[in-house]
Amino acid sequence: MKNYFKYIAILALGIVSCEPELDNPIDEAGFYTNGEADFSNYVAIGNSLTAGYADDALYISGQENSYPNILASKFALTQQTNGFNQPLVNDNVGGLLLNGTQITDTRYVLAVGADGPSPARYRGAAPTTDVINKLTGTFNNMGVVGAKSYHLLAPGYGNVAGVSTGTANPYFARFASTDNATIIGDAVAQDPTFFTLWIGNNDVLSYATSGGLGVYQENVTDFTKYGPNDITDPTAFAGVYNSLVTQLTSNGAGGVLINIPKVTSIPYFTVVPYAPLSPADPNFGPQIPTLNSTFAPLNQAFAFLETPERSISFSETAASAVLIRDESLPNLSQQLTQVLIGGGVDPATAGLYGMQYGQSRQATEDDLLLLTSSSVIGTVNQVRMQELMGFGLDQATAGKLSVNGVTYPLQDQYVLTPDEQLLIKNATIAYNIAISQIAEAKALGFVDANTLLDQIASVGGTIYQGVPISSTFVTGGAFSLDGVHLTPRGYAVIANEIINEINTTYKSTVPAVEVGNFGTVTLNNDVQ
Amino acid sequence: MLIVLSTAVTFAGGYRVSLQGQRALAMGHTGVAVVNNAELAFFNPAGLVFLENKINAAVGVSAVFSEVVWQNDEFGQMSRTDSPVGTPFYAYFSYKISEKLSVGLAAYTPYGSTVKWEKDWAGSHLVNDIELAAIYVQALASYKITDNLAVGGGPIYVSGSVNFNRNLSRTLTDLEGNRANVTLDDSGISAFGWSAGAMWSPIDSLRIGVNYRSEILVEAEGGEALFKNIPNSPLTPFSDTKFDATLPLPAELTVGASYQFNDKWLVAIDYNRTFWDVYKSLDVDFANQPDERDSNNPRNYQNASIYRFGLQYTANEMFTLRTGYYFDESPLSSGYYAPETPRNDSNNFTGGLTVNISDRVAVDAAFLYSRFEEIKESYAPNPVDFPEYEGTPFEGTYKSGAFTLGLGVTIKI
Repeated sequence: MKNYFKYIAILALGIVSCEPELDNPIDEAGFYTNGEADFSNYVAIGNSLTAGYADDALYISGQENSYPNILASKFALTQQTNGFNQPLVNDNVGGLLLNGTQITDTRYVLAVGADGPSPARYRGAAPTTDVINKLTGTFNNMGVVGAKSYHLLAPGYGNVAGVSTGTANPYFARFASTDNATIIGDAVAQDPTFFTLWIGNNDVLSYATSGGLGVYQENVTDFTKYGPNDITDPTAFAGVYNSLVTQLTSNGAGGVLINIPKVTSIPYFTVVPYAPLSPADPNFGPQIPTLNSTFAPLNQAFAFLETPERSISFSETAASAVLIRDESLPNLSQQLTQVLIGGGVDPATAGLYGMQYGQSRQATEDDLLLLTSSSVIGTVNQVRMQELMGFGLDQATAGKLSVNGVTYPLQDQYVLTPDEQLLIKNATIAYNIAISQIAEAKALGFVDANTLLDQIASVGGTIYQGVPISSTFVTGGAFSLDGVHLTPRGYAVIANEIINEINTTYKSTVPAVEVGNFGTVTLNNDVQ
Repeated sequence: MLIVLSTAVTFAGGYRVSLQGQRALAMGHTGVAVVNNAELAFFNPAGLVFLENKINAAVGVSAVFSEVVWQNDEFGQMSRTDSPVGTPFYAYFSYKISEKLSVGLAAYTPYGSTVKWEKDWAGSHLVNDIELAAIYVQALASYKITDNLAVGGGPIYVSGSVNFNRNLSRTLTDLEGNRANVTLDDSGISAFGWSAGAMWSPIDSLRIGVNYRSEILVEAEGGEALFKNIPNSPLTPFSDTKFDATLPLPAELTVGASYQFNDKWLVAIDYNRTFWDVYKSLDVDFANQPDERDSNNPRNYQNASIYRFGLQYTANEMFTLRTGYYFDESPLSSGYYAPETPRNDSNNFTGGLTVNISDRVAVDAAFLYSRFEEIKESYAPNPVDFPEYEGTPFEGTYKSGAFTLGLGVTIKI
């Protein structure tokens, strides 16, 4: 018996003496320091970019690759933390149900079709996350998809009963502490010791992604008057933002504020060229002479009205700009009709042309076409065709006059005209001034995502930790398949920039994020 | 006759496992010029004919505990291996036909490696786990040319096996986020080689030995390549298939000497040179993929030396004590530290004893303590030498540790 103990002791000695130990292991307390910050209870507040939304859906692996989750794992190397809890959805399919009925679509995946790789909605399984299945507990990740700045202060924004009527947000309804809770209230109730705040994107982005359908609510501070696609007044924004930061820092928490990127950095607005109509396209090229002769009388009318910049013509040797509706142009319908009649066009046709082209022009390089336009340009607008047939046209003619972007001007929701872009730009600049001023006033960290994403969007992109990264749609590595939200790698870059700023501001030594270990887009062909 | 091998563990340079005799191990694994027991079948077959008894046998097995810790302090990453205990073994037998001629049989495991990292660790795109094993079975003859000079050797049959798993890339996953990976598996791979040696005693008490084991290329043909968690996409057309790959077991040359001071004290020194530069790259040819999709894994091993020193003290009729030391050079080139066999140079300390239970039977015990310095290294193949390699550098600080206990039985009839 004694011998067995001896042998076991020798075996144990063997196992122990071969366990190698590094001279300076990173898991030793003090290797990394939290400096003047306290990461023990980190809460992230923001919108879809904070929640880990990507490929136009919220799904588990996206949430696990959110920048707050990445940050939390690095914070945990510097000190003891209380963990990081996120309101995870139920699957990697994406999409939401409301009491069994699907209310948002599944995620995009990169599928390969007859025309090569392109994003398509995943159809391999149905969504399983029902909003009415409320999550209990507190959540360190308070990023709510779709939230604007003032929504963070809105009671009832997470009331399930309000989801179907549009007065509440289904993403928040899943995990709000009570029906009347506010996002900021739930965040502050956790007594955070550290926070990140990235909000304000939707205050200008929802206007942008609607193609400028809303209005700029200049000087309007009553948020109840705002529509969903309106631009938030910058002064109102600054007031809200200041209130949020005051609440978050009320118990001495440290934090980082992140500013708002330019819309021109985002592939959703830059991937479709303003002149996508190619004479080499077999569906378009042969039509060009017919189109040009059809528009000839119209162009003569424009010349007569001294608005030659509105004339419509398509080149047989180079790509042509799409025809768009520009609401900022004076509506020349009446004058156009009269000039056309005077030029010998029959009244019915003249009236139709006047109505259809009274506020249209071809796009210029100053226009931005939205990603959504790529699936409609060159296709027949069924609604318009039915309308024209209602006016008495036969189907063939109605169809010919309803081709989006060619004979029927691309509607407002697909285009950001220079006027609309200017509103967005000014609002973005104003919000960013407020954010940086507040960061300085409260001595918080500040990350300039505006400049960072601009660099990534520059021609050729940039090299980050040796990894090439650009905003090229699908293949660039930074943006996911919805053209707006980031990929895990993109979120990793943001997290790394936040870490750099935290280490500078709070004298900590949080380790870096290895962005090359994070994926970009997901391949899958289950899209039928 | 063949004992089933469980896996042997890396701890000599590369995947060489220097545990072919407990008596030799106890003396720093010297033996090319030491006439002691049937362990000569491995260390220098020429010496078998110098054994006094007609029948000699030696069998033994070792328990190898070997682990590696790795960290990258820039990114706060740390991982440890959790490898199973390795059990290299040996079995030797020799029969003296006449005063001048002996014949013998040997089975031993000079090459092997089992390294098991945490699945999906930071280096998983290079290796998750790997198990290599090679059993050598050899027929031997030993012939005395003069009373003081003998030669010996024989053909070797090798049965090799490999099981290797790694993730396909740093990021490729299926829809659920599970990492896409490939397992290569093949066993019972046959190959042939030979060894030959000579032993000379120029003066009484002094012996000089030389032994050479040939390079053996273990060529896996039609092994199984199994892919898991591959996305359903024509852009990742990986499906289970067959693979071909060649793993080289390098040649080894040993020269050494031993000197018997008196009845009690024997000292031995050995020098090994292992010709590792045959291992330039581990290339895997998949049957259902065009050549561009073959897996090229640069290794760029360099020839390496081991310097051994051993001491034997015959205390009395019952006990013999031994101790030894050796310095083991790593065959890895800088910039080619692949985490499947991360090996720095090491200082190795051995000891052990023999207990003569009876006239015919003795029990041999030995231990080996290997001490490695930590090393900061990377896997970053030079694009000039390996233009097909597309990965990004993998860096970190490695430290290995290894401890071995061995037990054997010697029989002399």
